[in-house]
Amino acid sequence: MGNALKNIIYNCNQATFLIEKKLAGKITTAETLQLRIHLAGCSVCKIYQQQSILINSLFVGFDSGDFKLDKSFKKSLTERIEKEINKN
Amino acid sequence: MQNDTGLDIAAKNLHTNPLTWVEKYSDYLYGFAMVRLRDSDVAKDLVQDTFLAGLQQLERFEGNSHEKTWLTAILKNKIADFYRKNASKSLKDLKITETESEQQDFFDAETGHWNEKYRPQAFGLEVDNPLLMKELGVILNECLTKLPGLWFSVFSMKHIDDLASELICTELKLTASNFWVIMHRTKLNLRACLQKNWN
Repeated sequence: MGNALKNIIYNCNQATFLIEKKLAGKITTAETLQLRIHLAGCSVCKIYQQQSILINSLFVGFDSGDFKLDKSFKKSLTERIEKEINKN
Repeated sequence: MQNDTGLDIAAKNLHTNPLTWVEKYSDYLYGFAMVRLRDSDVAKDLVQDTFLAGLQQLERFEGNSHEKTWLTAILKNKIADFYRKNASKSLKDLKITETESEQQDFFDAETGHWNEKYRPQAFGLEVDNPLLMKELGVILNECLTKLPGLWFSVFSMKHIDDLASELICTELKLTASNFWVIMHRTKLNLRACLQKNWN
């Protein structure tokens, strides 16, 4: 068994690193294999992977429509713009 | 222009009327900034800065693009500036070393096994329940504000703007290996924070 493979099988630090690298970029074929072997035997990292994907989708799915500026801030913005225009 | 108020906007033959900006675009721009910054004070400041910068560039706007696109482009630059400043500031920030020592506890230093305290546990929720997801999203936003500025910038640029890792590294002056370490630690922190505050 290669050293890299031996290292990953029991190493959750390295496995979660590869999970992140895979989610946000790409990993090599060897890394894919290492990760697959680790996950086959590690239910904790499997939970980590699910939750990591969930966090990404929560972060990206954030609804900008939920956020509206309040009236007083809009009013002050308008006044600021008027003031700037009148300066010129 | 329909909404012309008769200032010298018509006289200058401008293609945009700043007096309508707040009504037409401020909520949109605020939402755009909030998605990327998750901080309402900063988002408000940048919306205001965008309008003021737009006023400075009025005569250069030739109506080739829609006003909204043009203003959004200005805001994008402001956000990029903010990310850069945020990143360089937090390089000197003590917070980063604190979080670093905290993060070492996630795993046993020798074996790389999860330490008991940080071992992931199922959240025990149905991901198809929109209300629960919304609640979890609120907690996530709180967790995001606790991240070092540099980490937040990296995470947001990667996920919201879907920028290539290489571009983010150039923008924030990071090496590729730092970039991946940050991505990993950010997620470990966010996940632990969610687990701690959920329930």
